[in-house]
Amino acid sequence: MLKLTSYLTHSYGKSDGHKLAAYEQAGGYRGVKKALGMTRDDVIAEVKKAHIRGRGGAGFDCGTKWSFMPKDSKKPHYLVINADEGEPGTFKDRSIMEHNPHSMIEGCIIGCFGIGAHACYIYVRDELHLSKARLNEAIAECKQKGYLGKRPFGFDYEIEIYVHTGAGAYICGEETALLNSLEGKRGEPRLKPPFPAQYGAFGCPSTVNNVETMAILPTVFQLGGDEFSKLSSLHALNDGGVRLFGVSGHVKKPGIYEACVGLTLRELIYDLGGGILGDRELLGVIPGGSSCPVHRPDEIINIPNDPNFEPYNGKSILDLPLGVDTYRRAGSMLGTCGAIVLSDAADPVLALRNLMQFYRHESCGQCTPCREGCGWIERILDKIVTGKGSIEELDLIHEIANDITGNTICAFGDGAAQPALAFVRKYRKHFEDYVRSGGRAQTKRLVLS
Amino acid sequence: MAFALSADREQKLAEILSRYPNKMAATIPVLHLCQEANQNWVSEEVIDFVARRLDLSTAHVKGVVTFYTLFNQKPPGTHQVWVCKTLSCALRGSDQILEHCKKRLGIKHLGDTSKDGKVTLRTAECLAACGTAPVMQVNKHYYENLTLDQVDKILDRLLYEG
Repeated sequence: MLKLTSYLTHSYGKSDGHKLAAYEQAGGYRGVKKALGMTRDDVIAEVKKAHIRGRGGAGFDCGTKWSFMPKDSKKPHYLVINADEGEPGTFKDRSIMEHNPHSMIEGCIIGCFGIGAHACYIYVRDELHLSKARLNEAIAECKQKGYLGKRPFGFDYEIEIYVHTGAGAYICGEETALLNSLEGKRGEPRLKPPFPAQYGAFGCPSTVNNVETMAILPTVFQLGGDEFSKLSSLHALNDGGVRLFGVSGHVKKPGIYEACVGLTLRELIYDLGGGILGDRELLGVIPGGSSCPVHRPDEIINIPNDPNFEPYNGKSILDLPLGVDTYRRAGSMLGTCGAIVLSDAADPVLALRNLMQFYRHESCGQCTPCREGCGWIERILDKIVTGKGSIEELDLIHEIANDITGNTICAFGDGAAQPALAFVRKYRKHFEDYVRSGGRAQTKRLVLS
Repeated sequence: MAFALSADREQKLAEILSRYPNKMAATIPVLHLCQEANQNWVSEEVIDFVARRLDLSTAHVKGVVTFYTLFNQKPPGTHQVWVCKTLSCALRGSDQILEHCKKRLGIKHLGDTSKDGKVTLRTAECLAACGTAPVMQVNKHYYENLTLDQVDKILDRLLYEG
């Protein structure tokens, strides 16, 4: 259901929208005062009621994650914010940091209090220089006002927020790789357990949250957890509130749109995105960042024996509300809600090769199936694109991708295998055409013209 | 000559160290600081300096330098250009932008620098600007919704003014 909101995006496009004065005028820093007046347990309970599913792609409930933090640990606790945005198709966190950094700082203060931390590190990827500048500016404004430091807002709870920078590695968006990178090491994911809540940054209990998850917290405390959750049409599935939806690729109006959870892909592509460029047909859409499987518009939803999904059965996948559990049940993944749209002018074989180049380049190399597998798939695709591939090699892509899945330390491997499996299965004809006739029936390009 | 930091940067280094519970955590920010002070690349001298200042082995610092793409292991040109090539940008014409840049700069292989030493050209994997594709990063600045005309203007500025 399409319901636009502007809790986060009200400041977008305004020249001084990122400054403290504008943020406070719009009602900012009220939620945090409420939160700091509550007990830590009550803060976590309120966040649980809001049903904020982690906005970084995994969709884990934020309040539940916070409740894993120990209550009586003698070690310091850390809040670590994942601002290493780099999943192809995803560009929402950058927009928050550039246009509404104070919402995130306010969220981080609430987060520190909720998990019992006195220090917060925001891990921003190095390329986002404007984001880092805006965050540092916002932190300086807050320090001057006494919103951060020894006694934020007069409450006796010291909080410091630091901006930390990466150095160009997609894998550092994986939470344990991010922790290693924060500690000054190579960004290689850690084996779990132990989980960050037990052994995170600097060996201390830590929580890693996404930028958008933090930025929406002030709204949660202003509205109340329940009220916030009910904004979503998937409230009954514990998927609450509002979130940012991105759409890019072959649409007329690519960009970030804020709407209540429960939006469908059709609404995102046609109503918000303005439809397909050149009024062409939709070939496929990757719903939430490149690690999600691609969907064809003629895919039919079939989730039997569940009353929640009865209204959607028999409809196109484009009409399924974008939710963490709705997509999981449909055998897909919601990810970060950053959709990449391919029109029928785009060649799906080249699209997959583009993605596999990305994964081959970004694999950290720790686990053999991922390090070698991504390269093998890329090389097979190179052969297929140049007309030197074989049908057996198409099956080999399945085999390699299946061997990566579940056999690696972190979720990167699955994230690389899913697009390969989905593209080859759903556009098999296109791939076979390349094998049989060197791609005679294909557009052999990704751009429209 | 051994690598050293200016007084301003020494102060910055002290500020960086104050953020973390141990010195190792400062590795990446301090490497960035030193790289900027060393014509945008990390030399053996820089690695040695960082290792000494943070009480780390040179092997550890080298390991970090080689893991991340944004630490240059050889001197780049005066300006660094990254053209985003991942799917959303590719759907919007990043291949054409890249080819155009190569031709304008006379560069055959990615990572090379134009003959006058002014511009180093590379590709980037997803710069988190998919909604305004195609995109390229020039030094610390993003240029979005690019057309070939705009690319020409940007390159002209880099080649003839800077």
